[in-house]
Amino acid sequence: MTEPAIRAHQLTRHFGDVIAVAGVDLEIPSGQIYGFLGPNGSGKTTIIRMLCGLLTPTAGDVSVLGLKIPAEAEALRLKIGYMTQKFSLYDDLTVAENMHFMAKIYGLRGTQGRARVEHLLDRYGLLALRDRMAAAMSGGQRQRMALAIATLHSPTVLFLDEPTSAVDPENRRDFWEKLFDLSDAGTTILVSTHYMDEAERCHQLAILETGHLRKHGTPTALMNELRARVVEISGPELRQVKQQVLRLPQVQSAAQQGLQLRVLLRPDVVNAVQYLGGQLANSALDITMTRPSLEDVFVASTVGGTGK
Amino acid sequence: MNSLRRIGAVTGKELTQLSRDRVTFGMVVMIPLIQLLLFGFAINTVVRNIPIAVVDLSGNAAARIITEQVRVTQVVDIVAYYDTPAQAEAAIVAGKVRAALVFPQNLMQRVTSGQPVGQWLVDGSDTMVGSALLALRTMPLLLGAGAPPGAYQMTGPSFEVALFFNPERRSAVNVVPGLTAIILTMTMIMFTSIALVREREHGNLELLITTPIHSLELMIGKLIPYVFVGLIQVTIILGLGHLVFQVPFQGELASLAIVTLAFIAASLSLGLLISTIAQTQMQAMQMTFFLLIPSILLSGFMFPYEAMPVAAQYIAEALPATHFIRLIRGVVLRGASASQLLPDIFWLLTFTLIMLTIATKRFRKSLD
Repeated sequence: MTEPAIRAHQLTRHFGDVIAVAGVDLEIPSGQIYGFLGPNGSGKTTIIRMLCGLLTPTAGDVSVLGLKIPAEAEALRLKIGYMTQKFSLYDDLTVAENMHFMAKIYGLRGTQGRARVEHLLDRYGLLALRDRMAAAMSGGQRQRMALAIATLHSPTVLFLDEPTSAVDPENRRDFWEKLFDLSDAGTTILVSTHYMDEAERCHQLAILETGHLRKHGTPTALMNELRARVVEISGPELRQVKQQVLRLPQVQSAAQQGLQLRVLLRPDVVNAVQYLGGQLANSALDITMTRPSLEDVFVASTVGGTGK
Repeated sequence: MNSLRRIGAVTGKELTQLSRDRVTFGMVVMIPLIQLLLFGFAINTVVRNIPIAVVDLSGNAAARIITEQVRVTQVVDIVAYYDTPAQAEAAIVAGKVRAALVFPQNLMQRVTSGQPVGQWLVDGSDTMVGSALLALRTMPLLLGAGAPPGAYQMTGPSFEVALFFNPERRSAVNVVPGLTAIILTMTMIMFTSIALVREREHGNLELLITTPIHSLELMIGKLIPYVFVGLIQVTIILGLGHLVFQVPFQGELASLAIVTLAFIAASLSLGLLISTIAQTQMQAMQMTFFLLIPSILLSGFMFPYEAMPVAAQYIAEALPATHFIRLIRGVVLRGASASQLLPDIFWLLTFTLIMLTIATKRFRKSLD
């Protein structure tokens, strides 16, 4: 394993009395897609802004590609690409104009710059849209352009702040294909999301809640930790069963999913099926063990997600 | 009834939003308060303390007696004495004095024969100032204090008056060059402040500050187009003023370019500073207007600078428009060259430097 691309130690940021980020430790390996999963207000954007030097941490140390941030942020500018949560390109410029403008800002000049823009227009399916005003594009098209621009200067690290929040599922899948292409080429990608399916695609994941890092690891490892704690109940009158289940001390959460009630139990339960069967004592119910999902991981590791 | 409720809902929402925008709320109170006090005291169409020079070619005591009588009218303020009319004219062109009172060598002879005792050389470009000085033409003079009454009898006007630069006393002559200052103040400050605030509002800035661009590069790049906008505007105003209102152009183009560029630089840097304070385009616009109103009323554009109380003159001195109005009237109407107007040019450049420094300090490349 080489030196991590991003390292943060006890990263903290206050806004007045509000603690947006509280003592977060991070170690993001080179070349991986690393996900920040968390609800709105969990500190994802604030952490990303601190990592790329836009915000000064209240406390803690950050180093990105071996550079101290924010002290050496200027030296980092050419090595990182940043896609803001809000579309931050020019609505009243065309796709090509936006790209050429940003290419010049990044110091790509003349034929080299033009060739790079053409290459990216082609790669991100924007050739037909090159003369379209940014304001007239769909959410997916705008995000493709924003990604193309964030990668204009072939950055080593990409920061993507909820890149697909305004994008339909199909375009989201395409978008992730592009991210894997970049990752294969060696780019380290830090992406924040509140979509479980997206989080599952990441090589590694950090679960954030109210500025705290609750859990981190590979999605598979995180889900495996919950094995034997997730059961599905099917049968009649699931609404009442849910109320009943939630009153049990060993139940952490219960949520109805179609015809099933998905129940997450506390870690100290030895045999979940047996425990619930005994407590509910209802022969009409079918109780089975099931494979944990990332949503279960999220619910299990956050305080706000207990469902109680 | 439902319609009334809906109107009420919109009104309530608007008031809530208004009370949360502290700058706007402040402006609602401050604009009338400050502007009223300022202009209530400052605006005065009775012109006093016009700076003039005296040229005494006679060396006679009568000249001093007459000068003293002119001084006590309080219409003028004698700020300089020159040896020759040519020096006085140069001072008028340079804008150091508005007029000069010249006593001829044969002063005693004129006094005894009841002829006008002196000549006023007047910068007539500002019609209000011109009128105030014209009124002195027939002022009664008491001569020969200590001499027997009736030793001197006035038969005609006390002075002759030569109105320079605007002999027909047309307002347009003075208004058109001044208008360049007002229009440039409005567009230059507003355009730049809004242009930068818009980038922040749209989130463009968040992306730009993660790129290698430096704040100064970003600012200079944003300002350069407006330099050309300003030059186009000045060309239109002065060109049309010349064609339609027959405003004379006495000066050199190079001097015009120098003073205009100095003022554009000052206004753009002020707009830049506003853009670092204003959070929204609305706020930027309000701050521009807050500066625009005194620039119209106190700069000498509408009312002569000399007519204002000293406190208002200090405020006027702080406004770039005041200095530019002096400069452009000097160049366009009096044919002054930039080298004769250095103090005001120097002031504008210093102002630019200070504003740019503060703006660059305030505009850091971070979102903190």
